[in-house]
Order: sequence, then structure tokens, then C-alpha cells
Amino acid sequence: MNVIEVKNLTKDFGDFRAVNDLSFSIEEGKITALLGPNGAGKTTTIQMLLDIITPTSGSISFFGKDLHTNKEEILSKVNFSSPYVALPSNLTVMENLLTFARLYGVKKPKQKIEELADFFEIRNLLPRMTTSLSTGQLTRVNLTKAFVNDPKVLLLDEATASLDPYIADKTLTVLERMQKERKVTILYTSHNMAEIERLCDRVIFINKGTLRDDGTPQELMSKFGHKDLNDVFISIATEEE
Amino acid sequence: MNSGRIKAIVMRHLYLYKGRSLPRFMDIFFWPVMTLLTWGFFSVYLGKLNLGNINIISVLLGAVVFWEIVQMSQQAVSVYFLEDVWEKNFLNIFVTPLTLGEFFAATAILAIIKIIITAAVLLTVAYFSYHYSIFTLGFAVIPYALNLFIFGMVIAIFINAIILRFGTSAQVLAFGVILILQPLSAVFYPVTALPSFIQPISRILPTTYVFEAMRATLAGGVFDTTSFLLALGLNIFYFIVVCFFFSTMFKIVKRKGILLKVQN
Repeated sequence: MNVIEVKNLTKDFGDFRAVNDLSFSIEEGKITALLGPNGAGKTTTIQMLLDIITPTSGSISFFGKDLHTNKEEILSKVNFSSPYVALPSNLTVMENLLTFARLYGVKKPKQKIEELADFFEIRNLLPRMTTSLSTGQLTRVNLTKAFVNDPKVLLLDEATASLDPYIADKTLTVLERMQKERKVTILYTSHNMAEIERLCDRVIFINKGTLRDDGTPQELMSKFGHKDLNDVFISIATEEE
Repeated sequence: MNSGRIKAIVMRHLYLYKGRSLPRFMDIFFWPVMTLLTWGFFSVYLGKLNLGNINIISVLLGAVVFWEIVQMSQQAVSVYFLEDVWEKNFLNIFVTPLTLGEFFAATAILAIIKIIITAAVLLTVAYFSYHYSIFTLGFAVIPYALNLFIFGMVIAIFINAIILRFGTSAQVLAFGVILILQPLSAVFYPVTALPSFIQPISRILPTTYVFEAMRATLAGGVFDTTSFLLALGLNIFYFIVVCFFFSTMFKIVKRKGILLKVQN
């Protein structure tokens, strides 16, 4: 079953076409990577999926319902995490998580946060001020926030950016475990191809706002005759240069 | 409207007062009291000049307390909006099911809480320092205050819409616009004291009618229904206009894809 359906999505910013007639669907319970070089249209696509950018044309539906007309219902089942969006630094971690738990209408929010805090190993961070956290700790807190409403769909925009390899590996392990246990559908963007090979069931490549290729990491590697996804990425990114 | 989501935003801002920010407390207690004391001393001085039958203390301190309502209402709603912009939390908030109506309902509740606390402090200080009680105005205090609160919100929503569209470079408006409106609102003097070319501007502000009504009530002891209704009518009109303006700006920002840039 497809959880997300994107049909003929186009976004123009004046004369510049950031996303061009993009269509794809995302299967339930899978981790799908949305890849492309800088300026390919990934962030614009994700922001349209979150309804913070209005498409010029095309449609987006979640769970078979149109996003624009069922926004409240859909967003209550979706969550998002990006290192480029911060949590208020002047609140404690617990206060931040409680705020988002309430915004998502979580029943017994404290209990839910404590359960997730154990899972993401941040229980000791709960009383601390968010401003005092390291980048790695902040990433785990952001992920805890992203799981606070038991989302059916999770949009992760460069979730491990700026993390050292050890913390990034730890984060991926937690994500893998979480996805396996909760069958969350994840749309993932990253520039780390090793991470994509490890984590994702499927890869959607876009460049200049247009769909370039779509398949499992293995399928794409054999199609382009490369041993790793990094070379596939370079081939696709440079194909029109 | 979902009360749980409104509570989330209210609590998110109330956490900031858990003994961790002196400037926030100064905003509620210290600065308003300083303003009151300045005008209080000035009105005591004017009172000693024997300016006839006018109760200078009532007129000036009533105006100070009432103006605090407009200012608190505007700045609370603007600053609670700006907090999430400054903290780069804006996107996190607006990808939840929270609606714009719920967001502004929450900031209105926060503004009311702030106004009640500040007003209680000001009235206590005014009573013990100058034997002044705003309740000499009788039940008129409530409808007058309500009008001032609504107009403060109107200004705040207008400013927030500008900040949303043009980013933090426009944030100075959150602290400056109200200072432009004060002399035009005939807070401390009748509207006829203004130059004739400014009077028409003054007469399109609901605040002008409230302050004129307050002075009329103090002078004659009667509730000025006409002024009250004019203020209320203008407020309702402006409220509808600014809600439409904010919603239009929000749509433009979404169409231009600059919501994330608002906080940067």
C-alpha cells in the first residue's frame, strides 16, 4: 500500500522551476531515500510534503487523502526532523518534548516521552536545558521529538548531518531499530551514500527538479555499473553537464 | 480549535517564567511600575498647581494603566510570535497540526495572563502610592479595557504579518509601532488638543474613543456608550482586516517558499 502519492508536482519560484512534474509514491513501512545534488529540489519537495510550501501545480496525498484539504488530520500522523530547524534552546529537553507531545495530542505525554527517552538513551538529558546539549545529543532529542506522536510517516532531512561517524552510526542503529519495531514509513535525505546503502530500501534520484531514477540501491548500482551508490550519485549529478 | 494544542503553546511560553529570566519578569513588573511612578509623581506635581476641578491623578494614572493594556497586549502577542522565530522553532511548530487560529488564541491567552498580573501590580502600587483606584470608573473599566486589549492584538497581528513576510529585519516594528500610536490616541489629552490635520487620523483609532470615554466618565460619572460602540465597531472591523491580511501574507510566504527563511 502506498502511504504517500505525489503526482505531477511542480514548483516555480518566479522564472525558476525548482520541481518539475515530479511523480512518485512511497510504500508503507519502507525507508526511501530522496537524493540529488544541491539545488536538485529535495528540500522544496519535502517542504511541499509538509505543506509549508504551496505547489504551483500537482497533488500530494497521504493515506489516500489530499494534503491540502486534510492538513490537520494528516500532519497529526506525520513528523519531521532536520538539523537546520532547532528546538527552543531556553527550555529544558522535557519541556520541549512535552510541548510537541501536546501539539500532536499525545495521551499521557510524560509516560510517552520517558519511554522514548529510554529508547534514544536521553533520559539523563530530560531535565537539562536544550542549549547545553552537544550536537549528537541534540540529534537524539530531535529524533525523540520526531517519534513523539508515533508517526506513520517520518520525513528526515539530513538527520545525521554534522555528526561524527560514531554518533552518526549510533543514530542510524537507533533509526533501524525504531523502523523495524514500529513499521514507520521514512522519507530520508542525505548526502552520505554509505548511509543510504545501509538504511534505505529504495532510492529516488532527482536532479534539476526532475525525477532521474528510482529503484533499490542494488538495482541502481547494477544499472549504472558502479560498485557503490556514491558513483551512481556522481553519474546522475553530472549526466547533463 | 483544539484546546490541547492551545495549551501546548501557552505552556511552552509559561515555562520561560520558571525563575530563569530576569528580563521577562522586569517586563511584567519593573518597567510598567517605573512608568506609573514617573506619571504618578508628575500628576502629584500638577495637582499641587491647582488646575481647577480636574482630578489630574485620575486622568493621568488612568491613562497610564489603560495604555499599559494596549502595549502589553500588542507586545505579548508580537514577542510570543517572535520567540519561535528567534529560536528557529517556527518550522517545527507549523509542521504540527496547529492552526493559525489556535496559535493566536494561545498568544491572546498569554497576553491576558500578562495583563492581569501587570494590572494587579500597577493598581496596587497606584493605590498605595497615590490613593488612586481605577475602579472609580465603575463597571466601565471592563468594556474600556476589552477594547484596548483587542486593539493591541490587532496591531500585533498586523506587525506579525509584516515580520512573516519580510523576516526579522522588520522586528523593530514589534517595539516601535505602538510608540507612534500613543500620541495619536489622545491618551493624556483630548483629541481636540491635536493639530487639526492629525485629528482625522486620531479619529480612526479605537483607542482615541476609549480615552475620550474614560475622561468623560471621570468628569461626569456616566458611561460613554457612543464612544464605546465606535471603538468596538472599529476594533471588529480592524480585527477582520488584520486576520485577512495575516492569512494572505501566510499564503504568500508559502507560495514563495520563504517560511524557513523567516527565522534565518
